[in-house]
Amino acid sequence: MEVMVILVPLALGLGLAGLLAFLWSLKSGQYDDLEGAAWRAIADDEPPQEKPAE
Amino acid sequence: MQATRDFSHYVKDAGPGLRHIDLAVEGVSCAACMSKIERGLSAIPDVTLARVNLTDRRVALEWKQGTLDPAGFIDRLAELGYKAYPFETAGAEAAEAEQSRFLLRCLGVAAFATMNVMMLSIPVWSGNGSDMIPEQRDFFHRLSALIALPAAAYAGQPFFRSAFRALRTGNVNMDVPISIGVILALAMSVVETINHAEHTYFDAAIMLLTFLLIGRYLDQSMRRRTRAVAGNLAALKAETATKFIGADEISQVPVAAIFPGDIVLLRPGERCAVDGTVIEGRSEIDQSLITGETLYVTAEQGTPVYAGSLNISGTLRVRVSAASEGTLLAEITRLLDNALQARSRYVRLADRASRLYAPVVHATALLTMLGWVLAGASWHDAIVTGVAVLIITCPCALGLAIPTVQTVASGAMFKAGVLLNSGDAIERLAEIDWIIFDKTGTLTLPDLEVVNAAGIPDDVFRLAGQLALTSHHPVAAAVAQAAGAKSPLVGAVEVPGQGVRGMLGQTEMRLGRPSFCDAEQLANERARLDPEASIVAFSLGEARYVFAVRQGLRPDAKAMIAALQKRNIQLEILSGDREPAVQAAARALGIGEWRAGVTPADKIARIEDLKRGGHKVLMVGDGLNDAPSLAAAHVSMSPISAAHLSQATADLVFLGKPLAPVVAAVDYARKALSLMRQNLWLAVGYNVLAVPIAISGVVTPLIAAAAMSGSSVLVMLNALRARRVAQGRA
Repeated sequence: MEVMVILVPLALGLGLAGLLAFLWSLKSGQYDDLEGAAWRAIADDEPPQEKPAE
Repeated sequence: MQATRDFSHYVKDAGPGLRHIDLAVEGVSCAACMSKIERGLSAIPDVTLARVNLTDRRVALEWKQGTLDPAGFIDRLAELGYKAYPFETAGAEAAEAEQSRFLLRCLGVAAFATMNVMMLSIPVWSGNGSDMIPEQRDFFHRLSALIALPAAAYAGQPFFRSAFRALRTGNVNMDVPISIGVILALAMSVVETINHAEHTYFDAAIMLLTFLLIGRYLDQSMRRRTRAVAGNLAALKAETATKFIGADEISQVPVAAIFPGDIVLLRPGERCAVDGTVIEGRSEIDQSLITGETLYVTAEQGTPVYAGSLNISGTLRVRVSAASEGTLLAEITRLLDNALQARSRYVRLADRASRLYAPVVHATALLTMLGWVLAGASWHDAIVTGVAVLIITCPCALGLAIPTVQTVASGAMFKAGVLLNSGDAIERLAEIDWIIFDKTGTLTLPDLEVVNAAGIPDDVFRLAGQLALTSHHPVAAAVAQAAGAKSPLVGAVEVPGQGVRGMLGQTEMRLGRPSFCDAEQLANERARLDPEASIVAFSLGEARYVFAVRQGLRPDAKAMIAALQKRNIQLEILSGDREPAVQAAARALGIGEWRAGVTPADKIARIEDLKRGGHKVLMVGDGLNDAPSLAAAHVSMSPISAAHLSQATADLVFLGKPLAPVVAAVDYARKALSLMRQNLWLAVGYNVLAVPIAISGVVTPLIAAAAMSGSSVLVMLNALRARRVAQGRA
């Protein structure tokens, strides 16, 4: 059972990391447009252009 | 005179050298629009950010200061095919967005805690009978407490605060039993952990918060979307006016930047955005949006004009007055205030449920505890059992029962073209048995249409359309639109007050008053046939044609009226318009009850009458004169083209030309209400099953967890059915 000394903190640490990631994503505005985000996932990417053609 | 557009009112600083503006965009509905707009705007040099928000239908733009004019963005969007308006976030909306983010943060914390406490609880449950030694169990319980207590203190804030507010004012809301349940469960678990007991309820308490926060967040996001849509509507109403900024210099400015005493220019075909008095010019104005009257009124020096009036023939200069000066508006404002005060404080279904719920639950828990003491159990055991009752009955499913249905139903209504202005509109709409329609702009379309288009040869119609396009007169605009004309006729000349004329090769064409086109006889015949219509004549060499132009009924009005009648709803028309016009509409639609020439006060009196008769009235109207009765009715609805005040007063707003959204809204609301009731009964049924187990004292944390999540999931799944309505079924 000594393995719990490693496993329990590890599990909690991973959970905490997930929570922090969620709070960060919330703060950076990623939950402001849920509908748009759903569509962006399947939109075609355009290769980045230095000087976009008009 | 050179007109400039000034949007500096809306532009904000966004860091060093950067400027920011928010635009509300009409017609953004899909992913394709989103990338089209973003690419189109990013292509402008010096634009550093162009991001569409599809939920709120807005674009955020940032650019390097100095070079670009915000008006250019609006032109660029127009080229792409989207109408855009500058936008200012109202204070209330910003607060809603902040609250929404706070709830999501709470939900994240609660969900994290739930998962981790569960991870610790499951070994305890499965290990209790086998090889788990008490020291390990205590260790797991302490660890659970370490996670659950701070998490609950943070994530429970929305409930604790609301419960505290309610208790301080001597009320009980749903948050009171929730807070008591959670706090007692946590307190008991701490005591049990210290006593090395077998069962703790950290997992139940924190899971409860998670589920309830889901419901709370859904509720909030529905409200936020409603608020965002309302904000867009305000911006989309094209609230700009042409203001004189010098003796001969004019500028297009937002209405927010216009003050009493300013002078604005009102061109033919423009809608007035302010209240004021004519100081120069002579014209006819259409006040149908304000009074419901479809006949034009003459405007000359000294005539008061109100926001929403349409200028027909001549250019006017208007001195802006304070809103309260207008006698008509003052009267309407007074009626509106009264109606809003008298609007009976509607008690929402959720509140009614919680009023019943809290005393029953707390009495049960108390009686359980006393019962066990009387039966000879120790105080400790009796209290543990009593708290177990509270945990089991904590209104997890009850808290989700209504917001989940509301969210699903409002989403479905949104897709059907109905926007909600208030959260409890769905409940109230479901109860109606009587609908009062305004005629002008509600049953009819606000735009004029050519009613005899079918009787006119296509090529003639096209020519008339091209000629019409050279005039600003609204009747001419209707002809041009019906003909689908794209390019105006070159060299056409407008004869003020008469019409337009132009040449087609060697043939002269005229469009305008019958006398102008020498077609009086034909016009008189047509007028006898259709006394309500305005007649426009068209002459092409020797040939004569007349167009009958009037406000047409909404395309599907007849079918939708029939559909409403089939749903056992009484229909009635109350209009400020003249009797023949109202009678014709009522007859065409098959509505038996109608009254013409009705004043705003009469409309309210009629609604009060019906209320006293025990009827629940839905008022559908668009005019400024409808605003008080919209507020007085049980629930109210406006088309998107409605006057500002009416739209703000209405509980629901519907989009587009068809009347179908009204029927769809009633259907969705009825379905939603029945599902809300079903969900409440599901929650009650769950309690009926679970409470005896809790009272008998055999509840374990495992049973509590399973029962609570089971009932919540059941209620959520049931709510999904709210979007399944046979739409617009006649």
